[in-house]
Amino acid sequence: MASKKESSFINMVLTLFVVTAIAALALGAVYVVTKKPIELANKQKQEDAIKKVLPDFDTLKVMNLPDASGKDTLQFNVASKDGQLVGVAIKTYTDKGFGGRIDVMVGFYPNGSICNTAVLQMKETPGLGTNLEHKNSDFPNQFEGKNPATYKLKVKKDGGDVDAITAATISSRAFCDALQRAYDAFEKQKGKF
Amino acid sequence: MSQVKNFTKGFIKENPVFVLLLGMCPTLGTTTSAINGLGMGLATAFVLTMSNLVVSLVKSQIPDKVRIPSFIVIIATFVTIVELVMQAYVPALYEQLGIFIPLIVVNCIVLGRAEAFASSHTPWSSVIDGLGMGLGFAFALTILGSVRELLGSGAIFGFHMIKGNLMLAFVLAPGAFIALGYIIAVINRINKNA
Amino acid sequence: MEYFVIIISAIFVSNIVLTQFLGICPFLGVSKNISTSIGMGAAVMFVMTLATMSTWLFQYYLLNPFGLGFMQTIVFILVIAALVQMVEIILKKVSPALYQALGVYLPLITTNCAVLGVAILTIQKQFNLIEGTVYAISTAIGFTLALVIFAGIREHLDLMEVPKGMRGVPIALVVAGILAMAFMGFTGLV
Repeated sequence: MASKKESSFINMVLTLFVVTAIAALALGAVYVVTKKPIELANKQKQEDAIKKVLPDFDTLKVMNLPDASGKDTLQFNVASKDGQLVGVAIKTYTDKGFGGRIDVMVGFYPNGSICNTAVLQMKETPGLGTNLEHKNSDFPNQFEGKNPATYKLKVKKDGGDVDAITAATISSRAFCDALQRAYDAFEKQKGKF
Repeated sequence: MSQVKNFTKGFIKENPVFVLLLGMCPTLGTTTSAINGLGMGLATAFVLTMSNLVVSLVKSQIPDKVRIPSFIVIIATFVTIVELVMQAYVPALYEQLGIFIPLIVVNCIVLGRAEAFASSHTPWSSVIDGLGMGLGFAFALTILGSVRELLGSGAIFGFHMIKGNLMLAFVLAPGAFIALGYIIAVINRINKNA
Repeated sequence: MEYFVIIISAIFVSNIVLTQFLGICPFLGVSKNISTSIGMGAAVMFVMTLATMSTWLFQYYLLNPFGLGFMQTIVFILVIAALVQMVEIILKKVSPALYQALGVYLPLITTNCAVLGVAILTIQKQFNLIEGTVYAISTAIGFTLALVIFAGIREHLDLMEVPKGMRGVPIALVVAGILAMAFMGFTGLV
């Protein structure tokens, strides 16, 4: 068993410096190695989401435009096929989730009807709030083909048309909030596509 | 102590969660489902094993007074590596576990083992100790996650077992405390009889 | 109004201990009686506020400009550890009375995950410095509140007949669960 090393000012400073330097180097290396996969994973996820929420398209144009309140910008993915506008996927969000922020990709047809939705990121309770995703429940199906101009994006408890997820009213409300934000922005920016 | 015993003590006899009551925050916070518990447990096990190894390798080079800060830097390095790797290859799990991944740094088990075991043992037995304790932690989290997922949403690892209205409270905060309380009571009982 | 929302949500709706599961170790360890839990709460408030402010400055003036975001964990924990040491030394010199009251709790705080947790959450929620400070103070109030209520219950619990296997930690956890259920009543308040 090695005995404990004496502490002197110089060797203390030196040790801390060396340990930190090695740590920083190691981290830098791992960061460089994982940077590409992280970007790729994020990009892949976003592309998959856009494909899922829009009808078939061949060209995509990305625009960042202000939302209805003008306070925030949202990402608009304008999709067209053979030069004809087929839909717009808007990356929207809400801060009202049970676990905080939820990012949602919403696809609209040119007339404003919802094509489909995909959750990009959330921290909702597994088994409850996670039912916002297609693979977990039928909840998101009810939005398909609905036009928010006539279809009230609020849960039935609040006088709207949306069937909330059982025991996850807050998540359902938050989801509606995100969709409403996207729809308002879509209506406002309609002329620019 | 034989290496086998050194390895297995983490599971029941000295289980970090059920017996030593360490690392309670991630235990309660990430076990909303079995898979989350397992993921968190494995991430912690990796950090624990690697930091135990490095600490026992460099222990004779580090002056006594800066021991703890040096250990913290070593641990934080491995935690960040786990963070980056998970972000790159299992982004969905990374998002679910959220803040609890960086918080592995302050998990009392990790620094506790570095200080109590690795700083006075050989690298080989430190690795075994880290693996045993880490897997014991993962084991505890998976058990708690399974119990909560089964009672709360009728599934284990996402496979549905029970249909109908269940005790939703178990996937929410209160269920975490209550389920863990009862599991610890049962483990106490087992350890007393053994 | 914004600050009001931050305060209410940090104290009640997303109480750091009972809904976020941070700072459980001191919650179970130091909550045997009311006076020690108040002491612990005060020490946490002191360190948490200072830590959040200084890590915020590090994040926005050091890590972000140099693109070193991935070093967040390692820098924050070192800042907090150094801060706790400094507070201990300064307090000892400047105010021995305060040191006497809080001193014993300080070493425990470096590994209190609530402190690092709040520092990281402040960055994640993209608060500015003032919002972050308000958030840290209210979170600490929420922590103290949970701790004091829990200690009050535990003082009574000592006098109760509890089944053998449930004595100690198990029953404490079940009580914490019931307390968490009560706090769930605040959900949806803001």
